Amino acid sequence: MESNPKENIIEEVTNKDYEFGFVTDIETDFIPKGLNEDIIRLISKKKEEPEWLLDFRLKAFRHWQTLKMPTWAHLTIPPIDYQDIIYYAAPKQRKAKSLDEVDPELLATFDKLGISLDEQKKLSGVAVDAVMDSTSVKTTFQETLSKHGIIFMSFSEAVKQHPDLVKKYLGKVVPYTDNFFAALNSAVFSDGSFCYVPKGVRCPIELSTYFRINAANTGQFERTLIVADEGAYVSYMEGCTAPQRDENQLHAAIVEIISEKDAEVKYSTVQNWYPGDKDGKGGIYNFVTKRGICRGDNAKISWTQVETGSAITWKYPSCILKGDNTVAEFYSVAVTNNWQQADTGTKMIHIGKNSRSTIISKGISAGHSQNGYRGLVKVVPEATNCRNFSQCDSLLLGDQCGAHTWPYVECGNDSSILEHEATTSKISEDQLFYCNQRGIPTEKAIGLIVNGYAKDVLNKLPMEFAVEAQKLLSITLEGSVG
Amino acid sequence: MLLNIKNLHVSIGGKEILKGFNLGVNEGEIHAIMGPNGTGKSTWAAAVTGREGYEITEGEIWYKGQNIVGMPPEERANLGIFLSFQYPVEIPGVSMQNFMRTAVNAKREYQGLPPMSMIDFTKMMKQKQAMVEITEKLQNRYVNVGFSGGEKKKNEIFQMAMLEPELSILDETDSGLDIDALRIVANGVNQLHNEHNAFVVITHYQRLLDYIVPDFVHVMYDGRIVKSGDKKLALELEEKGYEWVKELKL
Repeated sequence: MESNPKENIIEEVTNKDYEFGFVTDIETDFIPKGLNEDIIRLISKKKEEPEWLLDFRLKAFRHWQTLKMPTWAHLTIPPIDYQDIIYYAAPKQRKAKSLDEVDPELLATFDKLGISLDEQKKLSGVAVDAVMDSTSVKTTFQETLSKHGIIFMSFSEAVKQHPDLVKKYLGKVVPYTDNFFAALNSAVFSDGSFCYVPKGVRCPIELSTYFRINAANTGQFERTLIVADEGAYVSYMEGCTAPQRDENQLHAAIVEIISEKDAEVKYSTVQNWYPGDKDGKGGIYNFVTKRGICRGDNAKISWTQVETGSAITWKYPSCILKGDNTVAEFYSVAVTNNWQQADTGTKMIHIGKNSRSTIISKGISAGHSQNGYRGLVKVVPEATNCRNFSQCDSLLLGDQCGAHTWPYVECGNDSSILEHEATTSKISEDQLFYCNQRGIPTEKAIGLIVNGYAKDVLNKLPMEFAVEAQKLLSITLEGSVG
Repeated sequence: MLLNIKNLHVSIGGKEILKGFNLGVNEGEIHAIMGPNGTGKSTWAAAVTGREGYEITEGEIWYKGQNIVGMPPEERANLGIFLSFQYPVEIPGVSMQNFMRTAVNAKREYQGLPPMSMIDFTKMMKQKQAMVEITEKLQNRYVNVGFSGGEKKKNEIFQMAMLEPELSILDETDSGLDIDALRIVANGVNQLHNEHNAFVVITHYQRLLDYIVPDFVHVMYDGRIVKSGDKKLALELEEKGYEWVKELKL
């Protein structure tokens, strides 16, 4: 009687339900389904946008029409009918100036998600911009921030209050011509966060945006634009969830980061969109373009991402190291379970001399999922003395899942040093039994081992996020392994 | 009786390894199980601790008044059965503090107790570390990662001290230990030993038994105990070698 305990365990464990799958019953303002120039004009009008922005949208849309959805990723993507999506949905309420004006139903929703919009109750030191469907609900700690000259507000607010800044930076890192989804987002983006930290200012609190999809049949297309002017510093976090629905929902966001001379931006995200059910039904399609530029000398950008949700993830937070002595980092944990698919990674483009980049990617696959790392490290001939260190590890739970790595390297000179390390491992039965023998049940043991495996990345997250991420890793894999 | 094993038959992958193993252990006793390689000593330890893949085809394992055959390993652990591994397992990225805290609180949860406070836990860890003369900062080191052979074994005894089991099985804890580490390990065991707990020490060599003095010595051969006696039996074995045991069997 040959028994393979590991396999049984693995089959048993991927069963915990998605915690944030509830729907908020709130009156929502929808526009008609479909995508054409009239729809774009309607969105722009609803948001009371200036002419130049409408122009930007229309150009993007016209360009998008010439593009085809990319097929190079290791993803099986069912056909998406872009005319069958609602491109704008907003809770029927104006943005509130004070908490009393916010619909209690909305407050309750964010409370349920663990995001308190009440500044008194909030963990000190984190300002939150809460975005539900297509609009920003409330941004906290505005006053504290404005004292330092820091602008942190919803994107639509920023377009009204700081049009010059938005115009100056919008689409400069991710032009609408960049790719299919970037063009789509540029045409229909609804809201998001805008952050500007002026010269020499260290932002004293963490900034954070929380994205929530609520309405059915809608897509979410937000834009985040973060600018750290010379010598500035900011740490920004982003979280997201969505209700549990049988149909798939599209999320195509853009994040642009600009780090000027001597500035530093830390961007952290815990992506927890609804991943679909155990049979692969439903879930968010997450096609996101995130890119930062270290524009001036000595600038720094660091991406940290924990990816646990979405049915499909297509996402490559990247850095252009334009200035000399610039530093870029990418730390990623991507967990896929059940029928989830992830094709994620980064691009590090070294243009400045002595620029340095680090890539730490930890993939964890369970169930029938596919998890891939795709990366490019490029050093142009003029960028002498550059350094890159890449480490791509894969952890497999079970034998039905797949882990893939596609690292590309292009080095244009002899003085730069690029290193790449990769490992693939499984949670061993020995490790599980060792934990069991110390009284630790299998599911808890897996959480422990997986968190240990992802430690290098989790350590990079801000405190408030690290705890959440740790729990999330365990929960995502609960019932996936044993 | 704390542990009472009756006519235990265990197979791995269809091959019978234990063939009618009997053993009774009372609180306060120290037993030694000796025998040549491949006679089923480690299989016995795995069967008692409930490792999967070790199929019990016949017999009973009575522990604290219940037959624990079929009980999951973590539940056995929480009932006070501890195994000091012959080859302690590495868990990268998991600190000893986190690991032990999870284990201690799992047991407390099982017993219906609230989790231990961080202060109490830290104090306890420090105290138990001293018992096995682990002087360096253990709490932030990853479980067994980068530990020397001796450190790994000391770490096993440290965990034993933390979890305060009633039945401790030491599977070849002496293998690969130099004389100093051996003394420290034995010293730890002797400090932990009291009238309410029991130890079963699996070993090849009588050397360890100079430090951990057993009340009973059992000789195992071909899946069962072929001879039992007091500590003199260990000396006799040392003198005559295991060939003598094989003759006993015949």
